Amino acid sequence: MSARLSLTSIVLLLALLFAGTAMAVKPDEMLADPGLEARARALSEGLRCMVCQNQSIDESDADLARDLRILVRQRLVAGDTDQQVMDYVVSRYGEFVLLKPRFDLRNALLWGTPVMLLFIGGIFIALSARSRSTASTALSAEEQAALDKMLGN
Amino acid sequence: MVETGHFALVLAFALSLVQMTVPLFGSRLNNQRLMAVGGPVAVTGFALTALSFAALASAYANSDFSVASVWENSHSLQPMIYKITGTWGNHEGSMLLWVLILTFFGALVAAFGSNLPATLRANVLAVQGSIGAAFFLFILATSNPFIRLNPAPIEGRDLNPVLQDLGLAIHPPLLYLGYVGFSICFSFSVAALIEGRIDASWARWVRPWTLVAWMFLTGGIAMGSYWAYYELGWGGFWFWDPVENASFMPWLAGTALLHSAIVMEKRSALKIWTLLLAILTFSLSLLGTFLVRSGVLTSVHAFATDPTRGVFILCILTLFIGGSLALFALRASRLTAGGLFHPISREGALVLNNLFLTTATATVLVGTLYPLALEALTGDKISVGAPFFDLTFGPLMLPLLAIVPFGPLLAWKRGDVFAASQRLMAAFAVALAAMLVAGLFIDGASVFAALGIGLAVWLVAGALTDLAVKSGVGSVAPAVMFRRFAGLPRSVFGTALAHLGLGLTLLGIVATLSFGTEKILSMRAGETVELSGHTLRFVGLYPAQGPNYSEDRGRFELIGADGNAAGEITSAKRFFPVRQMTTTESGIRTLWFSQLYLSLGDENKDGSVVVRLWWKPLVTLIWGGGLVMMAGAAMSLMDRRLRVGAPSRRRKQASAVAPATLP
Repeated sequence: MSARLSLTSIVLLLALLFAGTAMAVKPDEMLADPGLEARARALSEGLRCMVCQNQSIDESDADLARDLRILVRQRLVAGDTDQQVMDYVVSRYGEFVLLKPRFDLRNALLWGTPVMLLFIGGIFIALSARSRSTASTALSAEEQAALDKMLGN
Repeated sequence: MVETGHFALVLAFALSLVQMTVPLFGSRLNNQRLMAVGGPVAVTGFALTALSFAALASAYANSDFSVASVWENSHSLQPMIYKITGTWGNHEGSMLLWVLILTFFGALVAAFGSNLPATLRANVLAVQGSIGAAFFLFILATSNPFIRLNPAPIEGRDLNPVLQDLGLAIHPPLLYLGYVGFSICFSFSVAALIEGRIDASWARWVRPWTLVAWMFLTGGIAMGSYWAYYELGWGGFWFWDPVENASFMPWLAGTALLHSAIVMEKRSALKIWTLLLAILTFSLSLLGTFLVRSGVLTSVHAFATDPTRGVFILCILTLFIGGSLALFALRASRLTAGGLFHPISREGALVLNNLFLTTATATVLVGTLYPLALEALTGDKISVGAPFFDLTFGPLMLPLLAIVPFGPLLAWKRGDVFAASQRLMAAFAVALAAMLVAGLFIDGASVFAALGIGLAVWLVAGALTDLAVKSGVGSVAPAVMFRRFAGLPRSVFGTALAHLGLGLTLLGIVATLSFGTEKILSMRAGETVELSGHTLRFVGLYPAQGPNYSEDRGRFELIGADGNAAGEITSAKRFFPVRQMTTTESGIRTLWFSQLYLSLGDENKDGSVVVRLWWKPLVTLIWGGGLVMMAGAAMSLMDRRLRVGAPSRRRKQASAVAPATLP
């Protein structure tokens, strides 16, 4: 019954994640070259702060996030492309750091669900619309009999 | 008082057992007296839960640290408002709030459900009672807020500083009113399945309840978003965090339910789907409760080390979701599908709405649960964050938002897309103009930004077109037009307002993300900084003392065009000694619909201070749009056909009284 970290309502999530100074990127980390800095910020938004809950290193004030931000900038200064930087970070920290999971077989269900559902749902709706329209045109035998009776045939 | 509360809680649990069984048996045996038990029991159960909640709140207000929950989450020096809101700022108290609202909705059905068929009412109350019983048991067995400490500690451990904010007073109660409000739709659905039939009164009852729950959930989510925005100090408003997703999924499904319930009420079509959707919506609420309350999100391992609560909620989840879906599978074939319609019709548009919303819900669900499932099954850890949702949820929303203005303009049964398009020509032209202006005349506008602005304006203009067309603008004389406008059903205004609010929210999101600017720098007292045409001067850092914290206040002056001070912005760093925690109080200045957002960072060794400054254009529209959506729901609730019950009852009483007064 102690006050544990498991208390994570939306409310308590705030407390859990952002306790402390919420100050992500600091001036002393930033690169002088605005082009490189912009790339560093963009890359940082896709990298997860490993000790936080679903927060990117660009937003986090954790020490580990700061280390990772500096690492990204070092690689950029060394001349890596964006892809090389990401690959390097993943090789060191694993796929867990990527906020956008890779397109691969393991994540097929994750990426495939929206497309699949939209497709299946669309087909289902189309089929039921068609069966509905055919059902509405043909009269059942009883209905036909009732109609015949009414019309006095 | 504390023991009274504890006892009341146990009694409420006992009553919920009665509520869950007696009316159900009554309806099976067709015994009116047994069925009639449900109403009074539901009302009394609510009264007892309220008493129990009041007892806990008073323990918090009086800082009774002999109660473990109070000791862990309160402090004698806290301002009174935070002492009281601290009641639900923790696991035990928030679960008590959960059941309080659950029993509140049960009592509402009991109080206002006199015009429902007796068996339906009895079954609804029984299902509502069974949910209550499960959660009362959960609270008493694993999360009892009334556990005492002996000896009682002298001082409490303080409420988490981030929660010491007015947001805690508003956000959780609103959110729970929404979340738990969907329990009524669930109970109605299960009751209908138990009876094996859905009649007209069913549809007329479910829609207003959905509206009420949806209205509160919209407010709760918007409030939570604004709270996170100003409290966390870096100006983000939505994080695609699992906990946020937990409340967003019922909202998406609830929005779908709202629309399919309209089809069911007006055209008695989509009955089975609406019923399933009602079950799914509350199931997602339950799932959200599980995700948030079990600790499974923090990590699968934390969950495994102390699984009592998690496993308990998981059992509740399995029982209710599994049970209701099994019942659905058994009974759904008995329900007759009604109303025929052409694919191109208002019904057809609403079916399309449901397709996209349901897929979007499933996308958020999979994105939230996939990492958990993968880790539990294979041990691999992956993250699913904002970039994933931007790529999947975003594209799903685009077509949905684009067709929104068409929906209300299509006729029921068989619509005419060409006629609707003609009526929307003006709205389309305005949207196109907004898109071109945004794309060509605003610096740094991307294609995405221009499209987004165009889409938002399209939604707003489309909503206004709907009202204009229905009041006959352009085809009748102005006097007739005003009379028609005033005479439009309130639900038409409700629809227009809700769609307009959606457009405003989108406009706020796109403008902030696309045209917002940011500066991160170190400043000394006296220095000025300029951002998007606004000049700020750093006055200095001043220490101050709060009731239970000390703070360093950074004062900034906004310099007007004439060079004089035009206002002040203060951002502070607060230190709470009890928890040894620091929080940042952001400084915000609202200029029309936009905001200047300032957040104070650490002090550097040379005496300068790190400052982060943002210009957030139209950012307030994000939450303002939410308020407009709420207003739309409220408007729709005031519609005449939802109020017809009241006058007819009065008329009946009047006619009953009349003969007696005759001489």
